[in-house]
Amino acid sequence: MSTDAHHDKATASLAGAILEQTGVPVDKCYQCGKCSAGCPLAADMDYPPSLILRMLQAGGPELEEKVLRSYTIWVCLTCETCYSRCPMEIDIPVMMDYLRHESLRLGMTSPRAKDIIRFHRSFLDSIKYTGRLYEVGLVVDYKARSMHLLQDVKLAPKMYFKGKLNLIPETIKGLPLIRRIFSRSSKAGGEDAR
Amino acid sequence: MKLGFYPGCSLEGSSREYNESVMAVAAGAGIELEPVPDWNCCGATAAHNMNRELGLSLPARILAKAEAAGMKEIVVPCAACYSRLKVTRHELLEDEELRRRISAIIEYDLRCEPEIINVLQFLDSRVMPAIEGRIKSPFDRRVACYYGCLLVRPHKILKFDRLEDPRSMDEIIRRIGGDPIDWAFKTECCGAGLSVSKTELVGRLSGRILEDARIRGAEAVIVACPMCHSNLDLRRGAIEKAMNRKYDMPAIFITQAVGLAMGIDPAKLGLNRHMVPVKFRERPAGKVPAGPESPAAAGEV
Repeated sequence: MSTDAHHDKATASLAGAILEQTGVPVDKCYQCGKCSAGCPLAADMDYPPSLILRMLQAGGPELEEKVLRSYTIWVCLTCETCYSRCPMEIDIPVMMDYLRHESLRLGMTSPRAKDIIRFHRSFLDSIKYTGRLYEVGLVVDYKARSMHLLQDVKLAPKMYFKGKLNLIPETIKGLPLIRRIFSRSSKAGGEDAR
Repeated sequence: MKLGFYPGCSLEGSSREYNESVMAVAAGAGIELEPVPDWNCCGATAAHNMNRELGLSLPARILAKAEAAGMKEIVVPCAACYSRLKVTRHELLEDEELRRRISAIIEYDLRCEPEIINVLQFLDSRVMPAIEGRIKSPFDRRVACYYGCLLVRPHKILKFDRLEDPRSMDEIIRRIGGDPIDWAFKTECCGAGLSVSKTELVGRLSGRILEDARIRGAEAVIVACPMCHSNLDLRRGAIEKAMNRKYDMPAIFITQAVGLAMGIDPAKLGLNRHMVPVKFRERPAGKVPAGPESPAAAGEV
């Protein structure tokens, strides 16, 4: 599948779209590798950060699709170590956010990332339903989505007895506005913030 | 003195001991913390990873509620909330078109007036001056000050402390009588938001942090972020599995350490809520500040 659909205007490449939408200059990377050396999860990624940059520089539908389908963009922790050490000050975390949004929009998310994305969706749903993160609801919702039903079952009673679990969610007064924020944001692009 | 306060979701739930210790320390220093009215979740990693507008609008609504209430400064103890609020404020101040767009989404013409203060800035500038000379039980322990990611990064926006080797927490520990160690993992990532979805990765990343603190002789890791604390404390099982070793070293919030030095009851600081019991090595009699529920001989605070 070609990825041309998402950068059809003046921007002929994904790197061009990144520059236009976020101001992050992918072409400035000279492959020193400091981002990949400092990344705490580089070894777990399919392509380390510096390789993602190189793939974007080379461009073309095939490499760009590999980037958007990569596990890298989802397992990235947004810890910001790469950006803090980049000699060219390329804001890799902002670029990763953009790549995630495009990957979602084009339905190209990596199958390996499905639990990470499910967790994000459960997290956002919790905010949408109460205005705040309701931790018990988040975990229950995530378990239902991921079918990891037994995960952390031994932890929950311990947390309860330490007074760390709220059994009743707190709903904020401004919830109708939070709902409107979700619906307006979903129209603006990126993930459909259902 | 009265300051705005944004607790954030973790401090109302799984990290309520952080909230308890922030409140106890503030009260002890004569500071009133007033919560942002009807605050919402900042969206954390999930929002900005999934949707840019949402990642900016949720923190913007918090800023709007604080601004409308006339708050000039907001104390934000959670490092992740601090980073989201501060980054949003910066982006909106830098880009007028974006500020207008987000203002329309949140139905409030946001001027981004409130300043965002992290817990270390709060302790350093407000609490320490008020309690200096009133340290009742010096926190004379050898500890590893762990800053994590979001207190110092992105540094260009946060402009807080030193990027690779921050020292503000070490300085606070020194001022309450402690001995901060020199170590390599001050700003390494604990695994953060992957705690539930990729627990095994968190076990490895957090395990490396504990291991470095251990081999350098720390008695505890001091943290300033509920997410770091959860990963180092709640996820101890995953850590021990990843590292193939047992760790009894507690993870303590900086506000709990300061509170202990101020002579505040450990239970009021929520020290009983940790999964890993807060116990210290035995030392010569008379040196250990004894807690109410623990005999001094056991060395428990």
